[in-house]
Amino acid sequence: MEWTPIWLSLKLAGITTVILLVIGIPVAYWLSGRSSIPRVIIEALLTMPLVLPPSVLGFYLLLTFSPNSALGAWLLHYFNVSLVFSFPGLVVASVIYSLPFMVSPVKSALLHLPASLAQASYTMGKSRTETFFRVLLPNIKSSLYTAAVLTFAHTLGEFGVVLMIGGKLEGITKVASIAVYDAVDNNQFMEANQYSMVLFAITFIIVILVFIFNRNAAKGPLE
Amino acid sequence: MMEISIDKRIKTYKGSSRLIVKTNIEPLSVTKVFGPSGVGKTTFLKILAGLISPENGMIKMGDELWLDTGQRICRSPQQRKVGFVFQDYALFPNMTVMDHLLYATPDKPLIERLLEIGKMETFIKHRPNHLSGGQQQRLAILRALATAPKVLLMDEAFSALDDDLRESLIEDIKILLKEFGTTTFIVSHHLQETVSFTGSSLKIELD
Repeated sequence: MEWTPIWLSLKLAGITTVILLVIGIPVAYWLSGRSSIPRVIIEALLTMPLVLPPSVLGFYLLLTFSPNSALGAWLLHYFNVSLVFSFPGLVVASVIYSLPFMVSPVKSALLHLPASLAQASYTMGKSRTETFFRVLLPNIKSSLYTAAVLTFAHTLGEFGVVLMIGGKLEGITKVASIAVYDAVDNNQFMEANQYSMVLFAITFIIVILVFIFNRNAAKGPLE
Repeated sequence: MMEISIDKRIKTYKGSSRLIVKTNIEPLSVTKVFGPSGVGKTTFLKILAGLISPENGMIKMGDELWLDTGQRICRSPQQRKVGFVFQDYALFPNMTVMDHLLYATPDKPLIERLLEIGKMETFIKHRPNHLSGGQQQRLAILRALATAPKVLLMDEAFSALDDDLRESLIEDIKILLKEFGTTTFIVSHHLQETVSFTGSSLKIELD
């Protein structure tokens, strides 16, 4: 069994999780504000990857990033970057695909914090940014862990989007889930089983971690 | 002088009503705010703090204009910097007693004094979940006082304290309020709790 697909999957999941921690937390904070039409529309768009078939999302991303599209041509012309059939393309697709797995738990955790926590901080002269980093974020730590772990696990299991945008280029875009499919396609059942067992073991550990974090998160902040 | 004129539509079980308050408050005074449950006492305090905006109103604190809806002036809570003791205490679960006070002020001598007043010296490393209800309430009061506020808003701030502790705490708070030059508003359902404060009363009613 080649370990490169496993390594690629872990690398993709790790990079996606870090990017989504940076992007997803501010987005979740913004969405946790007072409900408005722009917020509802943005939230609905961000939730689409949860309900859309991954192949549909992958298909549109393929069209969007193709060198024949305006965006794809612009990226190629000005930055010499082609996102289709490349690892950076997988990262961009994974970030979009896994966004709701980061945003939803963080937004929900922020909404469950009593409004008076932020208000108390404001009355002490603290800015929204300082309040966010020193009061709100530390008190949703377990939800942040859960969101990060779920994002990592979800990215690890991606198949449709990855296949559409990245194909199965050896050592570049052939991640573990595609290696399983490819092995079965070539009647290499032993190899498919080995990849599957490794993916099973990793995701099983991740699910156990989620349960542990959720058990802690279930307690109220003052319990 | 603190001039207050507020008109705010609030939702009640009957539908919607208007919270109308017009009053002038003497500086350094203590005002006991009373009225039936759900009448908008907490809303009134939050309007003073800048956490809620009324549809119409004007609040002037001495020479400072905090709110004037006509001129579209509304100072943020950060600019008003009132001390606020929340009914649910609003303590930060991630912070110890000392962290709470340091978050409010870097003034170490004041912190030590507050800890002594609140009899919290032995709990400085405790987080809120390791404090009793009374200790949590005392911490909420001390944290509000730590900013040496010009206006202190207390929402049911003594409800979890036993009589002796409450009386001794109030005596010490009164000294601090005089030092800071603080104008105080106290919301309490039980007049007995605030009997040690001498001051005027403000009845909140819905229109």
